[in-house]
Amino acid sequence: MNDFTTWDILRNLLLAARWTVLLSLVSFVGGSLAGLALLFARIGKGRLGPAFAKTYIELFQGTPLLMQLFLAFFGLGLFGIDVPAWLAAGLALILWTAAFLAEIWRGCVESVAKGQWEASSSLGMGYLQQMRWVILPQALRVAVPPTVGFSVQVVKGTALTSIIGFVELSKAGTMVTNATFEPFTVYGFVALIYFCLCWPLSKSSQILERKLNVAHRNH
Amino acid sequence: MSLIEITEVKKRFGDNEVLKGINIDVEPGEVIAIIGKSGSGKSTLLRCINGLETIDEGSISVAGAQLLPDELHLKALRLKVGMIFQGFNLFPHLTAGRNVMLSQMVVRKTPKAEAEAMAKKMLERVGLGHKFDAYPDQLSGGQQQRVAIARALAMQPIALLCDEITSALDPELVNEVLAVVKELASEGMTLLMVTHEMRFARDVCSRVVFMHQGRVHEIGPPGEVFANPKTAELKQFLGVVH
Repeated sequence: MNDFTTWDILRNLLLAARWTVLLSLVSFVGGSLAGLALLFARIGKGRLGPAFAKTYIELFQGTPLLMQLFLAFFGLGLFGIDVPAWLAAGLALILWTAAFLAEIWRGCVESVAKGQWEASSSLGMGYLQQMRWVILPQALRVAVPPTVGFSVQVVKGTALTSIIGFVELSKAGTMVTNATFEPFTVYGFVALIYFCLCWPLSKSSQILERKLNVAHRNH
Repeated sequence: MSLIEITEVKKRFGDNEVLKGINIDVEPGEVIAIIGKSGSGKSTLLRCINGLETIDEGSISVAGAQLLPDELHLKALRLKVGMIFQGFNLFPHLTAGRNVMLSQMVVRKTPKAEAEAMAKKMLERVGLGHKFDAYPDQLSGGQQQRVAIARALAMQPIALLCDEITSALDPELVNEVLAVVKELASEGMTLLMVTHEMRFARDVCSRVVFMHQGRVHEIGPPGEVFANPKTAELKQFLGVVH
């Protein structure tokens, strides 16, 4: 009665997993760029920048990603703008990632000792020079492990986009289940593929943490 | 005209007035020790001269460069006065040599080869020519502080501010740093140092400033200040220290 072999199931899931990977990459790269801009606004000296960035971050951290996806997908539709699922998914995930990365990175920048700012100031460096040559190189070492760690959240976050109809791994799982009536096998594979994507990221985050700590052992 | 002119400087942190009208004029080549209890405002005064703290009233000028809170004026001022900190504040991600080269290249736009030659010369001057490629965490506290001095000197300042530069050091490392400072003094560098090293202040400094509760309480040549303290507060302070 069931014409689907296990390989059929797995093959279809793997094909869909490409979209999960692509969406994750787009979200992470786009989110990093937007997050960097947000970071500079957040720690800048003006009054408008930090206020805007703070509100933005609180808004995106304080609401479920699912609501953000709904708003991007259905909300813009209300204004007569037809948003395809892939665009809404990409946009919402980029904005969401940016908020979290900016906040992670702010912590990293602030973890650089105050004396570093003072020493570089006393040597005559301006704000951007201090950032470029003294603060960010040190913050970067601190930032790599949590940033890579957060990329796991991005990969898993893409699963939610199935609800607005973007066909990635989770959505494909549902579709294959509807055809095969083998939810346990299908979702088992889906989970396994997610794990194969996420585990190396978590692991490399741990390894990087250890490595960067050794290089920085006395500080 | 004096090299550093500090006139009626006042500084508040909230309701707490830390500096209550400071007047000090420093002549070129003078070595001035600022002593006093913690909380007397001596570190704050030093930090004001370098623009790390803004002042609420009064004025500070160094060789004609006025202390004003905008980045252009601050930079001009900071190119004239170097600062050494209690906690060294070397850049941990750069080697000793790179620490000394960085601000020359970034701020003064000195070509790399020239900056490197200067860095070698300055590290040599503090006795650390062989540590050019060592990272700060591979150096002892005394060595780190000497690199910090070399880093400040590489910018060719006309005065150096030293904020308790030996206070974070193990006792056996204090002398190697003081020796470097002493040599700078003998070469005619203008120095303002907040210090707890009374013997050093007595031997090397041309004037001693005793600060008490945000004011200059006594000022004079070390012989006079240490041998003949006029006020009860200074007597008590010296009594505590000795």
